Amino acid sequence: MKSVVKQEVLALNGDEAVAYAAKQSDVDVVAAYPITPQTIIVERFSEYVANGEVETEFVCTESEHSALTACLAASVTGARAFTASASAGLALMHEMLFVTSGCRAPVVMAIANRALSAPLNIHGDHSDTMTERDSGWIQIYVENTQEAYDSVIQAFRIAENTDVLLPVIVGLDGFTLSHTLENVHVLADDVVKKFVGTRKFVNVVNHEGKTVPFKLDPDNPTSMGPIALPNYYFEFKRQQEEAMKNALKIIPQVNREYAEISGRSYGDGLVDAYYVEDAEIAIVCLGSTAGTVKAVVDELRADGVKAGLLRLRTFRPLPVEKIVNTLKNAKAVAVMDRSMSFGGEGGPVFHEVRHALYDTDKHPHIVNYIYGLGGRDTSPMQIRKIYEDLQKILRTKHVETRVQYLGLRE
Amino acid sequence: MTSKEKSWKEISPAGVCWKASTQFLTGDWKTYKPVRDLEKCTRCLLCVLFCPDGAIHWKPEKGDIEFDYNFCKGCGICANECPAKAIEMKLE
Repeated sequence: MKSVVKQEVLALNGDEAVAYAAKQSDVDVVAAYPITPQTIIVERFSEYVANGEVETEFVCTESEHSALTACLAASVTGARAFTASASAGLALMHEMLFVTSGCRAPVVMAIANRALSAPLNIHGDHSDTMTERDSGWIQIYVENTQEAYDSVIQAFRIAENTDVLLPVIVGLDGFTLSHTLENVHVLADDVVKKFVGTRKFVNVVNHEGKTVPFKLDPDNPTSMGPIALPNYYFEFKRQQEEAMKNALKIIPQVNREYAEISGRSYGDGLVDAYYVEDAEIAIVCLGSTAGTVKAVVDELRADGVKAGLLRLRTFRPLPVEKIVNTLKNAKAVAVMDRSMSFGGEGGPVFHEVRHALYDTDKHPHIVNYIYGLGGRDTSPMQIRKIYEDLQKILRTKHVETRVQYLGLRE
Repeated sequence: MTSKEKSWKEISPAGVCWKASTQFLTGDWKTYKPVRDLEKCTRCLLCVLFCPDGAIHWKPEKGDIEFDYNFCKGCGICANECPAKAIEMKLE
């Protein structure tokens, strides 16, 4: 690609990569509260502020609930706002997540995915963001540190697109990505600034019948999210669903445009399909685990086994059509869940992938593996075992156990 | 709902109000309405200050106050605070 620009290689961990991307994205307001394993993001960003490297207003709040509230308040005035959190911090934000998406405020938030108490655990799993599945935020899960950097920059473009106007969570696996040093190719400051651009505003009709930009502005007063009773609340929620549908188109578009300047893309932006088009046995997963699965797929392919991987990059919106198309040749599918839905007969990713495939003609066998809770390591040997289980299902055409626990002592 | 109401495609996002709050007559929520005894009332205007809805107005031209029943929700704070016990809450 001839328009790809020269890039510097920096040694950054996932949190530092996120902070660096936020620094370059011309953010007006960062309001945050520290929590492991996200802390480095806020620490680094506060250094940028202290050193005068950014013009960002940095607000140290007394809690995560306040941090997101401050970001929402900044965002509805037309500012670009960013925050980061994890685990209990995200849980404390819960109420404001709905207010942010309901106000259509394009806040970007990085989540260093972490388990929830009790028992207390600071390590990586997806329990925190899966709990916020229905909060109206776009959810992007990244595979490595490079993608964490790239996705934060893309997230502003996706969130602020006037056909979308939804907040975005960029999830990076706690410690596995947040604290692991990798080489990261970074774009020049001016290139990122130009890519993210400035916020554009749709027009709305205010209470005086005047057409005004959709932001809180004393010169053009309007009110957002005050009250909607049974006669209108439903209509506003339907608009949010439409915005998610629009995001299914905008995310691939941003992925393509970003590839033109950086030379990097992540599948089509929604799903990252790895040898899955002709695969008979396939794994579906999110996040950093995909790196391990890809290494195992390489080994199996070398042995002539038709194995593949479908990594969901976005979980919200769920790319149903892409899941159906990419898994069309699969006869047995294993869905990996790094969180539990207690009493739900499998994890949330499993539920949704099965739901996506329900209307297809050829129903593959679909099984679920709960894995990696509280930061438990997942080895290539365990992934290989999943593919062996799938091969057995192919042979016997029979599923013995639908939901299994990978790496759990029985 | 009724056909007069707009579809999700016709309304602004995020609950942006296309009508001013003065067009939503919240006074129809009330069960009890405040009624003033003009003899007892000393025009101290404490009720004007206490009304959480700004539904009691001081009319300087009349030298008197006026309840705005279009916005009075009937909470009874005025009756409770009135030092002259001049306000009674009556069932509508």
